[in-house]
Amino acid sequence: MNVLWEQFPVFRDGFLLTFQLSFLSAIGALLVGTLVAVLRISPVPPLRWLGTSYVNLFRNIPLTAVFVFVVVGLPLLGSSADFLKIPGLDQIFTRLGIDLPYFRFSIIALSLYTAAFVCEALRSGINAVPSGQAEAARSIGLTFTQNLRFIVLPQAWRAAIVPLGSVIIAMIKNSAIAGFMGLYGDLSSRGQELVSAGVNGVTYPLIPVFIAISLGFLIMTVPLGLLLDRIEKNRMVKAR
Amino acid sequence: MLMKRLAAAAAIAVLGVGVAACGGTDPATPGPSTASFKAGSTMEKLNKAQKITIGTKFDQPGFGLKGLDGKPAGFDVEIGKLIAKELGIPADKIEWVETKSAVREEVIEKGTVDLVVATYTINDARKQRIAFAGPYYVAGQHIMVRSDDSSITGPDSFKEGTKKVCSVQGSTPATNIKKYLKDEATQLVLFGGYAECVDALKNKTVDAVTTDNVILLGFVASSNGAYKLAGNKFTDEPYGIGVKKDDTDFRNFINDLLEKIAKDGSYAKAWNDTAGKFDKNTPTAPAVNRY
Amino acid sequence: MSRETSVLYDAPGPRAKRRTIILSVVIGLAAVALLYQFVYKPLDAKGQFSMVKWGPLIDPDNEYFDGVWDRLWVGAKATMQAAALAIVFSALVGLVLGVIRILLRAVSTRRYATLPPAVAYGLRGLTWVLNALTRVCVEFFRGIPVVITIFFAWQLLGGTFLPVVVGLVIYNGIVIAEIVRSGMEGVAKGQREAAESLGLSSLQTTRLILLPQAIRTMLPALISQIVVVLKDTALGGIIVAGYEELIATSRQVSQLLPQLAFDQELYNPLQFFTIVCLMFLVVNYALSKLAQYLERRLSTKADAKPVKVTSAAGTGV
Repeated sequence: MNVLWEQFPVFRDGFLLTFQLSFLSAIGALLVGTLVAVLRISPVPPLRWLGTSYVNLFRNIPLTAVFVFVVVGLPLLGSSADFLKIPGLDQIFTRLGIDLPYFRFSIIALSLYTAAFVCEALRSGINAVPSGQAEAARSIGLTFTQNLRFIVLPQAWRAAIVPLGSVIIAMIKNSAIAGFMGLYGDLSSRGQELVSAGVNGVTYPLIPVFIAISLGFLIMTVPLGLLLDRIEKNRMVKAR
Repeated sequence: MLMKRLAAAAAIAVLGVGVAACGGTDPATPGPSTASFKAGSTMEKLNKAQKITIGTKFDQPGFGLKGLDGKPAGFDVEIGKLIAKELGIPADKIEWVETKSAVREEVIEKGTVDLVVATYTINDARKQRIAFAGPYYVAGQHIMVRSDDSSITGPDSFKEGTKKVCSVQGSTPATNIKKYLKDEATQLVLFGGYAECVDALKNKTVDAVTTDNVILLGFVASSNGAYKLAGNKFTDEPYGIGVKKDDTDFRNFINDLLEKIAKDGSYAKAWNDTAGKFDKNTPTAPAVNRY
Repeated sequence: MSRETSVLYDAPGPRAKRRTIILSVVIGLAAVALLYQFVYKPLDAKGQFSMVKWGPLIDPDNEYFDGVWDRLWVGAKATMQAAALAIVFSALVGLVLGVIRILLRAVSTRRYATLPPAVAYGLRGLTWVLNALTRVCVEFFRGIPVVITIFFAWQLLGGTFLPVVVGLVIYNGIVIAEIVRSGMEGVAKGQREAAESLGLSSLQTTRLILLPQAIRTMLPALISQIVVVLKDTALGGIIVAGYEELIATSRQVSQLLPQLAFDQELYNPLQFFTIVCLMFLVVNYALSKLAQYLERRLSTKADAKPVKVTSAAGTGV
């Protein structure tokens, strides 16, 4: 078990990077996902088609493929995702500002993929808003945008919190793939390094590393899951 | 298919009538009979089973590269075939298993493979877990850059902390280059294969690719002048053949074979057929190290 | 068009219709122009549409075409085999685990008043421990990435198919167990009470009354889970050396072609992944539609509410 102590900085740094990646991707996924959800329910057909095809595309292809498209495709489009070097933000999340773009590529891949599921979660939230609400809003003359902004979306967000939380949990776990697609130093790439390649020529036994890496993910996923359970239960009590 | 069956039937018929002295260059020709191996040794076991499992790389141009037919080809593969032949096992009875850099010790320890010929650098850390026959070739780590880039002249160019380098997950070159980097997190990219690194070099995501020279020479040769090697090779990577740690008999057997093929020309032929396409200078086989 | 959109805006009148059409055309043209300028042009400038890169995949006369498709076919088979094995075993594991958890919950309220106190406490303690143990295992393997599970299954077990299937079964079995559980809990409460009043034991109630109804309602969720498993085989491909499913094959063969042709221009991962993603898209889209169809059909029957696919807690992600 002493690999945990001996290599603690390795796990700590790995955890921090995975956390940063998850945090930023969650924001990205929520932004893009909301946009896609709005597109999907828009009155303008081409926008609706766009939203629907987006969801159908990303829901049905493997995340690894999305990673390849981003990692290989973006440089071909002449971009190294420099738009993510957001001033201020790159002071907190230092890997954002660094020239090596695989951190930014990973954020983009994870956000794009997860956005499809965020959209679906939001839609389920919108479905949960009683149709009388939207009808009442319309009858007092609110437009589509106003209706969405003031009546439907605020309620939908609340109804969608639990499914959204589950999507984010899944995304945190999916971030492990980044370590196999060029990102150096996250939990999964560190785990693989410790077990098979070794650090300074020393490899570590499998089980302790497995437990340490798992702990790194569980620290993020389990509390979030418990929180969601709590919200769901509270709601069920209220509904009764 | 039919042709293959006919050929196999013919081979069996030939063996059946006991024509033992057929051409030595045909890899499918069985070598010595069981009697010549020490009782209880790995060699005897393999010869009796008429089957051998060899671990090699599937993504190393010139050494072990899996072709469209699903079979690997390269210098390592030829060495593997020569060993199998010496054991009396025809080439078509070899089972090739992909052993990426990161897993080589494990597959030997677990016995998933009988031996590993996979651009496998001999070093002390690895000797703790497994044993090496050889070396059969001495490679060296080198750096490849874009042809128009003269700012990188060797590994020391990474010490400033601005240049970015790509290598392959779990490989020796990846470990070696780390000590020249100011900050691993901002300078190192690790992929599953070298082509992905070369692509990153092409679109300027990284400034250099580092690995053993022969592999890089392959990329340089097929790039229409887009890449070049920078500086000189900065390590010596003696490639060995990995076997179980305590199997000294098997190790000696392979060492004897390596000395034999260095003399009889099959070493040079194996090179010229494979890695020789990238590196025209046929190497002289290094002296084996019977530690 | 689904219900929720129509309530958000009025049925368009003639003027709104005209405006929508104009807007559609403008947006459509703008989208095409943007795609041309920022996607097509740079890709074309890098030769991404050249036959050098596409030929091996789409031109039957290309010297590599047959070999490439042989390998892709082998990869497709590997994907399907692992997915099929994984989904069958996940369903079995999920069924057993789901039933165990339901039973443990039913048993945990029992006081065993007729037994001597020592035995009763022992039994109660045992159910408590078992309950806690299953709970911990479920939370553990649900909380860590499938990639990590597969990686360690591979390190422990070796082989190619085995670790992929084991890793997928551990995760998806747990997910399906949850589907089973919520499916059985969704069966009307009166059913369980009626069964108990007939004198059926809790195992009999589960087996004869709850499970058959639950399985029927679970079907859509199970089918959507196949989509997840199919996609997740790709995780096996990036980790387990020698397990060459579609994604790993694409990666490997796209790296191989420039070596065979001795020309870096043939490096074509984008082209490979486009083709392979189309394959995934067709199969998975059909499966999703099938799941939706079943869900709709089942939900028209008032008493058997299907398990909502989305309620399986983002498992599709």
